[in-house]
Amino acid sequence: MTRTAQSAVLRVINPGALATLQDRGRMGYQRYGVPQSGAMDMLTFAIACMLVGNPLDEAAIEFTLMGGTYALESGACRAAVAGAFAVTLNGTAIPSYRAFDLRAGDTLRIGSGTISHGSARGYLAVAGGFEVAPVLGSRSTHVRSAIGGLDGGALRKDARLTLRAPQAQRGVPLALDPRLARHDPGPIRVLPGPQDDYFNVAGWDVLLGERWRMSPNSDRMGMRLEGPRIPHKGDYNIVSDGVPHGAVQVPGDGQPIVMLADRQSTGGYPKIATVISADLPRLGQLRPGDGLRFARTTIDEAEAAAHEFSERIALLRKALQPAGILA
Amino acid sequence: MTGARRRAGAPPACRFLHAGDQALVVEFGDVIDAGLNRLVQALDRRVAAAAIKGVIECVPTYRSLMIVYDPLRIRAAALRQRVEKLLPRTADAEAAARRWTIPVAYGGPHGLDLEQVARAHGLSTDEVVALHSGAEYRVYMIGFSPGLAYLGGLPEPLHTPRRASPRLRVPASSVAIGGIQAAVFSVEIPSGWHLLGRTPERMFDLRRAEPFLLGAGDRVRFRPISAAEYDRLAALTARGDVVAECEAGA
Repeated sequence: MTRTAQSAVLRVINPGALATLQDRGRMGYQRYGVPQSGAMDMLTFAIACMLVGNPLDEAAIEFTLMGGTYALESGACRAAVAGAFAVTLNGTAIPSYRAFDLRAGDTLRIGSGTISHGSARGYLAVAGGFEVAPVLGSRSTHVRSAIGGLDGGALRKDARLTLRAPQAQRGVPLALDPRLARHDPGPIRVLPGPQDDYFNVAGWDVLLGERWRMSPNSDRMGMRLEGPRIPHKGDYNIVSDGVPHGAVQVPGDGQPIVMLADRQSTGGYPKIATVISADLPRLGQLRPGDGLRFARTTIDEAEAAAHEFSERIALLRKALQPAGILA
Repeated sequence: MTGARRRAGAPPACRFLHAGDQALVVEFGDVIDAGLNRLVQALDRRVAAAAIKGVIECVPTYRSLMIVYDPLRIRAAALRQRVEKLLPRTADAEAAARRWTIPVAYGGPHGLDLEQVARAHGLSTDEVVALHSGAEYRVYMIGFSPGLAYLGGLPEPLHTPRRASPRLRVPASSVAIGGIQAAVFSVEIPSGWHLLGRTPERMFDLRRAEPFLLGAGDRVRFRPISAAEYDRLAALTARGDVVAECEAGA
C-alpha cells in the first residue's frame, strides 16, 4: 500500500511590515543590472539556518520590525526564529533562538523586537527550506524588479509556502544562547573610497565626528542617514560606476546613504567610503531613529574582521545545544 | 591606492580603488568615452578568462571595472597584483561584438518627446528618426535596473539636455536619449530622459534561456517600424520570442 506524502504548507496570516524570502544573495548578475539582494543581517540569518540544520545557502523568511503571524496548514516541520523578537506558539510564549516543531493547525506569532537598539530584522527558517525555485541562481526576493522569492514579491496575507520536507524531524531541537547572537555595539567601520578624492578633511570630519540618525525613509536598498551636511570638495556628480555593498554615497544634499542588499548595481553619486563586510549585518538591525557612528579602518583590519566574522559563525555552530540544556 | 604613470607601450593609466573589502575598482578615467569603455570591457574579458580564485563577479561600467570578490578567499593586495598583469594595452584588438538590430516605433504614443526634441534642434521628426536610426551604438554598460542598456554613439545633432522635471514612470522598453547618451530602458522606471520611441523587444525576460538581450560591448542599431508592426511584434515578445536581429561578430 502506498501512502502519498502529505505536503507541509505554511500560510501567511499577517506578514508584518515587510516579509520576504532571502538567502545569501544573487551572485553574478550585477553586470546585467540585477541587484544582489540577500539577507540584510547575515549573522542572524546564518543562525536561523543553523538552528534548523539548513545549509547557509537555503532561504529563510526575513521579517522587518514586526514579525507577523504564520499558520501551518498541513504536514509538520521544525522551525526556528532568530532575532530578538517576542514569539508565541499557539498563544504560549517561546524563546527565539530555539528551534521548535510545528504541527498542522499550529499558529506562530512573531511580535515586535525585544531590544531597543538592534532588533529591526529577524529570520524564520524551516528545516529543509521552502519549495521555491531559484531565479538567476538565488531565492532572494528583489521586489522592485519582481525577481525571486514567492512570485517575485513580498509575502502577502494568505500566501502559501510549501515546505520541501513535509515531516517533522527526529531529535531534540537545537537552541543558541541569545547572548552569543548579539552584535558588537561599536562604531561601524568604513574603508575610504572608491571616491574619497571627492571629499576633503572637512567632509571626513563630519562623517567620522558625528552621530548619525537612521531616517525612516530607509529600506533594503539604502539606509538614509540624517545629520549635518557632508561637504563635497567640488562636483557631486560622477560618471556612473559600480555601487559596492555598503557604499556610503553622498548626493548633492550632503546626507549620506549607505547602499545595502537591494542597491542598484551602478550609480552616479560619489562614494566617500564603504562599510566593511563584517559590519554590514549590524546595519541590518538598525531601526529608524537609531543612532550610529562611523570609524575609519584599513584594508588589513577589514580583512582580519572578515575572517573573524566567518570564524564566529563556525563557533556559533559549535555552540548550538539541545534545547533542554538551556534554561 | 595610486595609479601608474603612462608610458609608451605600457598599459594605460588606471587607478585601483578600494570599494570596501569585497570589491576592487579599476578606474581608467572619469568621463564618458568609447576608448575608456573599450579598456574596461577588455579587462572584464581578461579577468573572466583568468578565473581568479575568490572573484565572484565583475561589473563593467562606463569608465571602470568593479571586481567583486570574497575576502575570505583572496586579499585585496593579491587581487590587485593578479589584475595588474591583466591590464590591456590600448592596441588590444576587440573581441568580436554582437551586432543587434532593434525595431523601434518612433513618435506618437510610443515616443512622447519626439516632436519636442525635433523642435529643440530645428529638425523635422523624420530627420530625428533618420539620425537616431542611422547610427551604430555601443553598449557602454548595463545598469540601474535589470537589462537597462546605456548606449554611446548618439549623433551630435541629437545631444539634448535632460528634461527639467523627470517623469515618475517611463514605460518599459522605451528608447530614449539624455545628454550625449542613448538608452533602451528595460522595466518601468522614473526618468528625465527624452522618449523617442519604444521597442516591442524585451530587454529582460526571465522566460528566455538568455534573459538579458544585451551585454556590455554589444553594438546596436535601430530599425524604424510602424505602430501596426509594433503591435504585431509585441504579440510575439509577449509569448517569449526575441524579435531583435542579432549578428554574431566575425
